[in-house]
Amino acid sequence: MSKLYSGAEIVFKCLEDQNVEFIFGYPGGAVLPIYDELKNFNSVKHILVRHEQGAGHAAEGYARSSGKPGVLLVTSGPGATNAVTALTDAYMDSVPLVCISGQVPTHLIGTDAFQECDTTGITRPCTKHNWLVKDVKDLEKVIHKAFEVATTGRPGPVLVDIPKDVQFQKTNYTKFKKQKKLNGKATNQFSQKDIDELIKLMSKASKPIFYTGGGVINSGPKASELLRELVNMTGFPITSTLQGLGSYPGEDSQFLGMLGMHGSYEANNAMHDCDLMINIGARFDDRITGKIDEFSPKSKKVHIDIDPSSINKNVKVDLPIVGDVAEVITSTIKTIKKVKPNFAKSNNQKVSKWWEQIQKWRSINSFNFVNSTETIKPQYAVQRLYELTKNKDTYITTEVGQHQMWAAQHYKFDKPNRWMTSGGLGTMGYGLPAAVGVQVAHPNKLVIDIAGEASVLMTMQEMSTAVQYSLPIKIFILNNEYMGMVRQWQELLHDKNYSESYTAALPDFVKLAEAYGCVGIRAQTPEELDDKIIEMINTDRPVIFDCRVDKQENCFPMIPSGKAHNQMLLGPKDQKENKITGKGKTLV
Amino acid sequence: MAKSKSAYSTPGKQGKLDTHIIVVWVDNEAGVLARVVGLFSGRGYNIESLAVAEIDPKLNISRITIVTTGTPQVIEQIKLQLKKLVPVHKVADFKREDKKVIFKEMALFKIVGNQSKKEKALKACKKYNAIILDKSNKSYVIQITALRREIDLMSKNLKKLGLVSVSRTGAVAMTRGSEIFK
Repeated sequence: MSKLYSGAEIVFKCLEDQNVEFIFGYPGGAVLPIYDELKNFNSVKHILVRHEQGAGHAAEGYARSSGKPGVLLVTSGPGATNAVTALTDAYMDSVPLVCISGQVPTHLIGTDAFQECDTTGITRPCTKHNWLVKDVKDLEKVIHKAFEVATTGRPGPVLVDIPKDVQFQKTNYTKFKKQKKLNGKATNQFSQKDIDELIKLMSKASKPIFYTGGGVINSGPKASELLRELVNMTGFPITSTLQGLGSYPGEDSQFLGMLGMHGSYEANNAMHDCDLMINIGARFDDRITGKIDEFSPKSKKVHIDIDPSSINKNVKVDLPIVGDVAEVITSTIKTIKKVKPNFAKSNNQKVSKWWEQIQKWRSINSFNFVNSTETIKPQYAVQRLYELTKNKDTYITTEVGQHQMWAAQHYKFDKPNRWMTSGGLGTMGYGLPAAVGVQVAHPNKLVIDIAGEASVLMTMQEMSTAVQYSLPIKIFILNNEYMGMVRQWQELLHDKNYSESYTAALPDFVKLAEAYGCVGIRAQTPEELDDKIIEMINTDRPVIFDCRVDKQENCFPMIPSGKAHNQMLLGPKDQKENKITGKGKTLV
Repeated sequence: MAKSKSAYSTPGKQGKLDTHIIVVWVDNEAGVLARVVGLFSGRGYNIESLAVAEIDPKLNISRITIVTTGTPQVIEQIKLQLKKLVPVHKVADFKREDKKVIFKEMALFKIVGNQSKKEKALKACKKYNAIILDKSNKSYVIQITALRREIDLMSKNLKKLGLVSVSRTGAVAMTRGSEIFK
């Protein structure tokens, strides 16, 4: 008779068979049998976090920087509810996570037992799917299915809830063979006809634009290479969403910068005026489209997405192509090469006027800001950070708020999987634990969390994790003592009533760093900034960098709520010239 | 125009609402109904009525029939979102006006009153396949099967004939002729 394994052992057998190297977790009563088995499985390393939300975000950082699913292990009740924010975050940003949670023994389920909660009920709307395993015989099948669901089609989080008695029960385990090429429920539905139609639209267009998103990243590094080939071969301009940054080189001349609420003037105007929009792996999010009724009124729209439910959800499109980005672009390139080998040449003239127009918009230089010699401008800080780290294959995470937008505007990425930010859910406190996960996946790379002082305090406890595992993450805090984005909205829309957006009692971040056993660095003037940044980079330990920046700076350009793409508020210069309103000029 | 105080966009134009019947084949497993219903409530879709039962005990398949209203775009989203759920096998969708599909609902009426009232009530129900399920000196329990609006009408009209209690199912649907849902 073959050997019988306990549920807890089966969990690890499955993780081994799925080639999981790291799990992020926190022990507790209902997962103790699983933790007890940890010592017997050397190929799986456990990273002990300080809060389950941290485990989730660390797993997200791990997944997004490595392309592999992130795994977290939490206990029942509060362990599971603490992970909910991270699961929702992963759901919104399509990050593959497998969350294994303990549950009270089956005979206690429904009795309001100690640390019991309806975990599958609570996480149902924030996972792709979840399972409560009531019989150990189902466990193996469920865990492998969980990995399949998380990583195929449009990726996302899943949760497997395992009652404590099931962790003790014994059954057989059959070695799992990974099937190749799974597409989940969303299979590639596109046909050659769709590709032909796309190429027809492309050759007719005189004002085309590529609008790319996180789907390109999720499709794998190959997709980014293919995207570059396609963009170069067509000569079309390209803009990217927040999540798509890095899929196309940020310094390339065909790249118009990020689009959307705080995107570049040229990208948003080009989106508004284009006659052909090719959306590759983006989802027409409201921060991108602005006012839907006035969104790119004159364009034919193509939408390439692996998730059929993304098509026509927010914006009606003319040509939907459901499929994996890499496969769609491969077919497109192949067909162009066959049908129109000189596509770029023959098209050059047609789009040259369009490029002229784009150059005009570009000359406005919308990411510009008024620099200062006395105070550090946050944009300047990000620019310097970029200049001093750009040759190091740096991984950047962020929190949420003004600093996040400045990072997106001024830090240029030329590779995918280097930029981890919470876009959909907008989770303050994402960046620090995410950096922990990124550093775990890439122990020898430079990992920086560009942070705000308010966000970073939400998950500051994970510095302790970084110290425990000698993860030399760098927390680069743009400290303006305000919840900057809240303050900006209050200034622009609520008559400068700065209700509760100022933090009157902040910790001394340098001392805090020392208390955690890492290194604290403070920069207060533009002069000393470069040296301090270099000091940070050269420190082989975790660093909290307290960068004291201008307290009043706002993030521009900006599309105000309910406005169209061509009605951007430009930056501080506009404000200065227009002191009467003090609210910036609305350009039409 | 009043300045928007919201960080979100203002609502766009609202399209025309249609009533659709959505039929969903699902694995009959714990929580599957909650997944389907939660999808509707979570995304702000309507449920006018719902009928669900296992139809294939061997394959463990349940059939859920949902009557909903929405713009064409919303109906399309409902279908696509449903198809994404792991336990969902297939989804079919029909307009209520569709002549090729039969829709039926069942209702139970409890009539309390004298003989004449009870008989009048039964007579009124006649054309909807009325069956008396229970009778006593003072009461009838009558079962009818009909369309939603017919049952609406009957439950209104029977009030004066001693209707004291109504219980009704959601609509179930089936195609006419030899064809089956795909």
